[in-house]
Amino acid sequence: MRRILNRPELGAAFGVVAVWLFFASYAGGSGFLSPAGAATYLEIASELGLLAVAVSMLMIAGEFDLSVGSTIAACGMTISLLCDRLGWSIWAAIAVAAVLSLCVGLANGLVVTRTKLPSFIVTLGTLFILSGSTIGVTRLVTGRTQVGGLRQALHYGSAEALFASRIGVFSVSILWWIGITVLASWVLLRTRFGNWIFGAGGAPDAARNLGVPVARVKIAMFMTTSLCACLIATFQAVKFTGSDVLRGTGKELEAILAAVLGGTLLTGGHGSVLGAALGALIFGMVQQGIVFAGVDSDWYKVFLGAMLIGAVLVNTYVRGWMVEARR
Amino acid sequence: MRSQRFRAVMACLAVVLATACTKSEPSAPAQQAPAPQAPSAPRKNITLAVVTHGQASDTFWSVVKNGVNNAAQDLGVTVTYNAPQTFDMVAMSRLIDAEVAKKPDGLVVSIPDPEALSRSIKAAVDAGIPVISINSGSDVYKQLGVLLHVGQTEYEAGAGGGEKMAATGVKNVLCVNHEVGNASLDLRCKGFLDAVAKAGGTGRVLSVNAADPTDSQQKVSAALSGGVDGILTLGPLSSNAALAALKQGGSLGKVKLGTFDLTPDVLSGIQGGELEFAIDQQQYLQGYLPIVLLTQYKQFGVLPAGGVLPTGPGFVTRETAARVIELSKQGIR
Repeated sequence: MRRILNRPELGAAFGVVAVWLFFASYAGGSGFLSPAGAATYLEIASELGLLAVAVSMLMIAGEFDLSVGSTIAACGMTISLLCDRLGWSIWAAIAVAAVLSLCVGLANGLVVTRTKLPSFIVTLGTLFILSGSTIGVTRLVTGRTQVGGLRQALHYGSAEALFASRIGVFSVSILWWIGITVLASWVLLRTRFGNWIFGAGGAPDAARNLGVPVARVKIAMFMTTSLCACLIATFQAVKFTGSDVLRGTGKELEAILAAVLGGTLLTGGHGSVLGAALGALIFGMVQQGIVFAGVDSDWYKVFLGAMLIGAVLVNTYVRGWMVEARR
Repeated sequence: MRSQRFRAVMACLAVVLATACTKSEPSAPAQQAPAPQAPSAPRKNITLAVVTHGQASDTFWSVVKNGVNNAAQDLGVTVTYNAPQTFDMVAMSRLIDAEVAKKPDGLVVSIPDPEALSRSIKAAVDAGIPVISINSGSDVYKQLGVLLHVGQTEYEAGAGGGEKMAATGVKNVLCVNHEVGNASLDLRCKGFLDAVAKAGGTGRVLSVNAADPTDSQQKVSAALSGGVDGILTLGPLSSNAALAALKQGGSLGKVKLGTFDLTPDVLSGIQGGELEFAIDQQQYLQGYLPIVLLTQYKQFGVLPAGGVLPTGPGFVTRETAARVIELSKQGIR
């Protein structure tokens, strides 16, 4: 019992229930409760969730990554350009994009661990470099800012089955989300590497004294985060059969937000990937629930902000309440 | 410990009750084909949805929205208007998905990126929702199963601007793109540059950030040093920035400036001779007409025979500016 009460994701679970109840009662009649309605917010939550899980692990390891937004644009464009311009197989293009993302993660990790600069600044720089090169290269090569035509790419069918198919009305990305959350949870809670992540973020000096390769752990987490961003890019490029140079803008902040909603501390050393996955679910439900409620889009951000603060408050309140109940 | 278990039980009960209550609400019946109502049928329960790509900071889209709202009021129908916060096609497609799940009687969309939006628009068509496209998408609407398009053809509009610009004798032009990623704007610039090239001039595209006027102004300023003598901006946001850049550089009047779309600033600029012309697509109609058309379609099953319902391009020049200004103040032009 005590172990359940102590879990950081408990507040997020209550947040999920509260947000769901709110929209179910307020917008239930207009399709929020229908399977098609659930499919629209689960699809958003699944893609953000994939990223938030990795971002929360990176945050537990004590670092931030703001470059994921432009990594999404860069990887999506890499896939589209290689297929559209060079006629590559979509799988080869996805592989190149994955390697590119791993290089970005490696570069971020090396600069942060070698120079001891704050990752906030280093990855902000990477964000701009990647975003600018994506726009520049794309316009140089194509004269445009959108590249489509992925449907004609070699082996598109198999990629579509894996990344963009549907089970009933539900997107297959939901299965990826669940799978990656389970895998990440296992790594974090059941393996030695998971312990190292907590150590690297919570007490790096103590961890180093105990022989934990702190720098290597952090670099590995930067690479994982970038790879997850590339995975989102793949989902979106395949699903929307192309890319544009602005795709993914703002995703870095959404992912951090989902992680924080899920109980991950901004200061590192504490958090949960299940919480981050639930945080992404809250985000998806709020984002689409507002549309179902028929709120004019001018007020959209007000609602989003208010609901998110509300969800964090519920989260914090519940956690405090549970700590008290334990005494 | 006991009180805590009690609370947990109560919480579970609340969840179960809420689920039971809300799920029992009747969902709207699926509208597979347009089911004309009796001529006297009230329009009160007709619900329509509009999803566009217009950013909130763009005055152009405020006029479209005024058209939507005025039509809804005039006809007595319910309309929801949605647009993503940034130029984000993935977010826009999800807004469409949500509207489709609500099963409206009709859907109005803009199609700036057919590749990215086709999936969601086709889903709406497959669900039996009549769809009309506005503003951008004149070249693709038919393939997606959209009934008709209300707007202007972008390439021709850009080319018209190019011809008008070339007639003033300019040789080296800039096309200022404030929404990188929007295929319609790419088409306008292409039309513009092609027309200028045909008249023997040269030119290039300059991309600026619409959300940051300072950024836009400074980029235009910097580009002017390359001997540019003509600028076409694709919207009021960047035309204001270009105007400020010309004033700052003291080249007002020497560099010809034309723009897409009208605002009070643009119109007074034309009147004062600071701008050569504005290409007008009468976007108020792009908001108003689809609401009328879809309401009629729902009520009586009638619809124009298809094709593009052109709302532009028209040109506002120094001679015609005065009478347009009054309407612009009312948010109609």
